[in-house]
Amino acid sequence: MRFLKFIGTRLLQGIMVLVGLSLVIFIIARVVPGDPARLALGSIASEEQVAEFRTKMGLDKPIYTQYWLWLQHAVQGDLGMSLVTRRPVVQDIIQFFPATLELCLMSLVFEGVLGILLGVIAGRFANSWVDNAIRVLSYIGVVTPPFVFGILFMLFFGYLLHWLPSIGQLSPGIIGPPRITGLIVFDSMINGNFTAARDAFLHLLLPALSLAMGGLAQDARITRSSIVDNTGKDYISALKSCGVPSGLIMFKYLLKPSLIPTVSVMGLSFAYTFSNAFLLEAIYGWPGMSRYGMNAILNKDLNAMVGVVMVLGVIFVLVNLLVDIIITYLDPRIRLRTQ
Amino acid sequence: MSLLHKNNESYLPKRRRRFNFKNWRRNWYKFSRNPLPVLGLVLVILIILLAILAPWVAPYPQHAGKFINLKERFQPPSAAHWCGTDAMGRDILSRILFGYRISLLLGIVVLSISVPIGLTFGLLGGYYKDTFVETVCMRITDIFLAVPPLILAMAVASVLKPSLQNSMLAISLMWWPWYSRLIYGVVSGVRNEFFVQSAEVIGASRLHILLRELLPQTISPLFTKITLDMGFAILVGASLSFVGLGAQPPTPDLGTMVSEGSKFLPEQWWMSVFPALAIVLVVLAFNFVGDGLRDLFSLEQV
Repeated sequence: MRFLKFIGTRLLQGIMVLVGLSLVIFIIARVVPGDPARLALGSIASEEQVAEFRTKMGLDKPIYTQYWLWLQHAVQGDLGMSLVTRRPVVQDIIQFFPATLELCLMSLVFEGVLGILLGVIAGRFANSWVDNAIRVLSYIGVVTPPFVFGILFMLFFGYLLHWLPSIGQLSPGIIGPPRITGLIVFDSMINGNFTAARDAFLHLLLPALSLAMGGLAQDARITRSSIVDNTGKDYISALKSCGVPSGLIMFKYLLKPSLIPTVSVMGLSFAYTFSNAFLLEAIYGWPGMSRYGMNAILNKDLNAMVGVVMVLGVIFVLVNLLVDIIITYLDPRIRLRTQ
Repeated sequence: MSLLHKNNESYLPKRRRRFNFKNWRRNWYKFSRNPLPVLGLVLVILIILLAILAPWVAPYPQHAGKFINLKERFQPPSAAHWCGTDAMGRDILSRILFGYRISLLLGIVVLSISVPIGLTFGLLGGYYKDTFVETVCMRITDIFLAVPPLILAMAVASVLKPSLQNSMLAISLMWWPWYSRLIYGVVSGVRNEFFVQSAEVIGASRLHILLRELLPQTISPLFTKITLDMGFAILVGASLSFVGLGAQPPTPDLGTMVSEGSKFLPEQWWMSVFPALAIVLVVLAFNFVGDGLRDLFSLEQV
């Protein structure tokens, strides 16, 4: 029961953060120099048309009324009309979001698997040459912007070695699956179209890896240091002296508590992954939210802009909530404290 | 003697000893035990010098702005053009050196806006712990921290017209809460120490306590974070200009150069790879120095 209460509090805090975020974005977005109605209609439209459009979109009301109206609609899942595409923003986002989500999920897989693996290796062989090599690697990962990885990986694996395709989601000539979830790899698998699934998967690898590098480096660093910290603890020595096999100690008793900081960092960096995906989608010609968001930004499409930011905010809050739950699972001490 | 001193100290109330800045030789000894911070420092000084002296050291200083020489466009790296030339026939190395000017300027401006704001919020929040001042300061901080930073910066930079100044403003807006949290952590930790309490008992003014008792406690973590963040602010600035929200062409900005060059991949790879490596180099250099400072101040995390 305490646990449910804990989750409830966090959820409430998340909602507060979202309201605050929407307020900030809304205020920023409405202090635009220039008339959004005129911008949406173009310079040919007459003064009356612009005025009519303004009334229709509610742009003539004071900011707080606009915000209240927007909030009322937003809780019902209506983020308004895009001023440019003239379609509901939600519909646009549903169309573009899955490609970005697919990219980010794949990058999360890379981040989790490779990051933890490298961290465990570095922690197990602390202060050896492997550890130093991994340290250099994670240094490079932290200081390199994701788009630089994007370009370097594309050149190296895509054009120099010809290992992996590097543009778009599917090779030309391969017909994509009908849209079910929008995640192409997943959709093709459901359809039994394994050629398309394989092709889409290969297209996913390079951008996802470039996206994952930063977080991967951080995860490796943190996993390493907490493994090293925990190795020195009494309970590990006790297990060793009882003759428990070292593999069992590593994966059953050492890894689980050591992953707690890693999981919280991963949660944080997963939220960043979504904004970094904006940078990589441009390089790899990925038809995701980036193009939509950038268009909205360039055309001063307020509703779309607020919509994109709010979607990212919701993801951020949900991911953080999920991280809290996972950590409670990993660490019985926290679980006991909340029960 | 030193052992005795240590034993005595353990009876005193625990408080972190303030770092002694005056002992330069000892500090330099500790800092230079590890080669990487020294390497970083050399690189940082070199980059700053190159950036300041760019009009004199760059091989083709006139290539920094609007300059078109279509005869020499797309030249691969050679003795005349170490990093090749771009689509306008401009020397990329010269443009990188001028680009460093903009990057460093961006880092300095962003930090000099965001550090004072974060410092104010953190100091107030930490000193007035458990009052509504803390709640207000830290909840505002939390809201800003909850926004994915690049998105906030993009939203702000896009609402205002894309330009170098506006991208600096946008980055500062997303940057200050990190300082607020750092300073809050330090200040709320020492807030109930004896030296603060005795100042309160003597009747020192609040301003005195904030500025003369609490502020000095934050100097070493602040200094470390500023050094690290010089690099990261440059990185974020490059990301913003990469998506076209920073300095506009023909200004030689590193991020803009990478994004222009990425249109000509893979044939003219040098157009994007060299500016990209230039970004990595400057961020790496500041990171080496920052990590060295962190070890020097023996801070756990900043």
